[in-house]
Amino acid sequence: MSDTHAQTVAFVRETQIPPAPPPASETGVVKWLRENLFSNAANSALTIVALAAIYMVLSNILPWVLNGVWTTSSLAECREVLQGKTGACFSVLTERWNQLLYGFKYPGDQYWRPNLALVLFLVAAAPVLFFDLPRKLLAFTAVYPFLAFWLIWGGTLMVPVVALLGFVAAAAVFQRFGKSSFAIGFFGAIAVALAVWLIGGELIPEGASEDAWLSPVPSRDLGGFMLNMMLGVTCVSLSLPLGIALALGRQSDMPLIKWICVIFIEFVRGVPLITLLFVASVMLAYFFPPESTVDLFLRVVIMITMFSAAYIAEVIRGGLAALPKGQYEAADSLGLDYPQAMRLIILPQALKISIPGIVNVAVGLFKDTTLVSVISMFDLVGMIRGPILASTEWNGVYWELLGFAALLFFVVCYGISQYSQWLERRLATDHH
Amino acid sequence: MKKSVILGAMTFAGLAAGAASAGTLDDVKARGKLNCGVTTGLVGFAAPNANGEWEGFDVAVCRAVAAAVLGDSNAVEFVPTTGKTRFTALASGEIDMLARNTTWTFSRDVDLKFEFVGVNYYDGQGFMVPKELGVSSAKELDGATVCIQTGTTTELNLADFFRSNNISYEPVPIETNAEAQQQYLAGACDVYTTDASGLAATRATFDDPAGHVILPEIISKEPLGPLVRHGDHEWGDVVRWSLNALIAAEELGITSANLNEMAAGTDNPEINRLLGTEGTLGEMLGLSADWAKNAIAAQGNYGEIFAKNIGEDTPVGLARGLNAQWTEGGLLYAPPFR
Repeated sequence: MSDTHAQTVAFVRETQIPPAPPPASETGVVKWLRENLFSNAANSALTIVALAAIYMVLSNILPWVLNGVWTTSSLAECREVLQGKTGACFSVLTERWNQLLYGFKYPGDQYWRPNLALVLFLVAAAPVLFFDLPRKLLAFTAVYPFLAFWLIWGGTLMVPVVALLGFVAAAAVFQRFGKSSFAIGFFGAIAVALAVWLIGGELIPEGASEDAWLSPVPSRDLGGFMLNMMLGVTCVSLSLPLGIALALGRQSDMPLIKWICVIFIEFVRGVPLITLLFVASVMLAYFFPPESTVDLFLRVVIMITMFSAAYIAEVIRGGLAALPKGQYEAADSLGLDYPQAMRLIILPQALKISIPGIVNVAVGLFKDTTLVSVISMFDLVGMIRGPILASTEWNGVYWELLGFAALLFFVVCYGISQYSQWLERRLATDHH
Repeated sequence: MKKSVILGAMTFAGLAAGAASAGTLDDVKARGKLNCGVTTGLVGFAAPNANGEWEGFDVAVCRAVAAAVLGDSNAVEFVPTTGKTRFTALASGEIDMLARNTTWTFSRDVDLKFEFVGVNYYDGQGFMVPKELGVSSAKELDGATVCIQTGTTTELNLADFFRSNNISYEPVPIETNAEAQQQYLAGACDVYTTDASGLAATRATFDDPAGHVILPEIISKEPLGPLVRHGDHEWGDVVRWSLNALIAAEELGITSANLNEMAAGTDNPEINRLLGTEGTLGEMLGLSADWAKNAIAAQGNYGEIFAKNIGEDTPVGLARGLNAQWTEGGLLYAPPFR
């Protein structure tokens, strides 16, 4: 450092200028607003129009929701309280929530049973949905359907136990003989299961359900959102394996199996669901004698399962078709037999491709369960359209009830959708 | 071809077997419960209340029959039916009787093989207009837009009425009553037409019921009544006379309040025969002697049932009109109990 400059130059800055804050238009909220909302004239105009639209919607809905009345016992009282102001009459939800959720005939002091079944369902579904969990939990999943049946329908514990024993016996037979010959194992398992059920059915004493610890609840008394959940869960979980079997059967080289699957899929897909439901509720009653009808819930489950299985089969067939032929040949060249090739190579890839389609069918199926209201089952929508809107207190309340139904369905369907996106990310094996 | 013959034969055999089985009356007694078909919900006529118990005008008929047959007005299994499932439910034997605001028509009686046992409500198609329209008669509705449910007899009745009066209208087709209420209130149509009882029930739910008038013209006949299957006349008689007992009770002045007093014996032989202190009417029906007393005790006589469920003091607010006793200018006329 020479000090000549100190004399020749008037001023030398010896310290750095303190950093100035960036211009207000280039930072924080303002910058974000400028870049995203007001970047040019057209966008600014669109932003203003959108804000006006949001304001209009909210200014109509918010007073309606915030002024809502929660404590009256009829629509007329609601109107008295509101004195002509805008406001929702949510009292219908507080007075009839139990009917909306459980139907109007499920005994009120037994609500803990479906509630417990729902909590246990979450436990049972967890190891299936999240495969990082310990595999031993699957044992509970296997027992769950029988447990849930006993909780919801009540009656004697013997019925689900006998049903479970039938499946256990069938699995044992299949384990024993299925290795050597698939046909013997398969049909032997069915025969053993039928035998167990028949003998077990005879052993259950008449009227055992009458004084059982859990009072029996007939299917006709189920209703509300509980019925939608039950139908949705049962039908999705049954139609997935059935759909996989149908998709594989349709690709089979054996003409008989192939054509059975093709005809089943094409026929069921070609008929509207509502027609199948009418067949379940109306036509089948003609074919059975009046005293020995199959339970209506079971008939509806069979019909909806058939319907969604046909759709899922086609979705999975799309996944199978998307696999390059090399994958099949690779499996063959490794010396794997058909079940091994399918289980280890083909299906994991095909199902991964099919996830969005399967979820689409599942969400659609869940919402389609509301169609049972047309065959006079009181699901959530049936409860609203029938008993609640037909009561003298609540006739005329539409938005509150249907909004509540929409909210419940949205929560479940959005949950399914979020899970499927997580699943797709978790299974992504391609490299970016 | 051959298959369809076999299927047809099976169906026929099934139907014949159903018809040949023991009488419905014996079935109901053996079961200890009456299976009664009702609507899935219609204001005032049938709907479960907040406790899940069915109540309403049609429900009262079911309860009266159950009380007459089984002595217990709660021994009823209510089977909700929709407009589409009601007839198959009855024909297949799933229900013993149908009390679901069903119009008695020729084809339902004859072609569908049912037996209407009587009429518990005389309805008819009417019109509702906003008061500010200043209309006092349906004949002044020239050029009006009319909300109407599609595919119903009301649609045909409407066309007939306007044509015979030589005036024009513009129909606004809609699917359900709920949709109709919203459309009418939103001003999509000047007039809403359906059964008069339905109009009254709908108007009762409005924010401002006084702002709407139901015009005096009734343009169709809609006799609503309970029905049973063809061919089982003993059971048909039980339902028919249970309904008649309710109607006769009102005519004879028997109410739920003085029932026990009357049943002890009166000077009027018809009351005594009806309540079983004289004669053997119950035995002839295959029921106990106090069958009619039980039926009336269930919910009161016809007039009490009407007043409690759909009468002028209820939100539905229907006047008796055609449904008054014949002695008071109505159409209710129970045949004599002797």
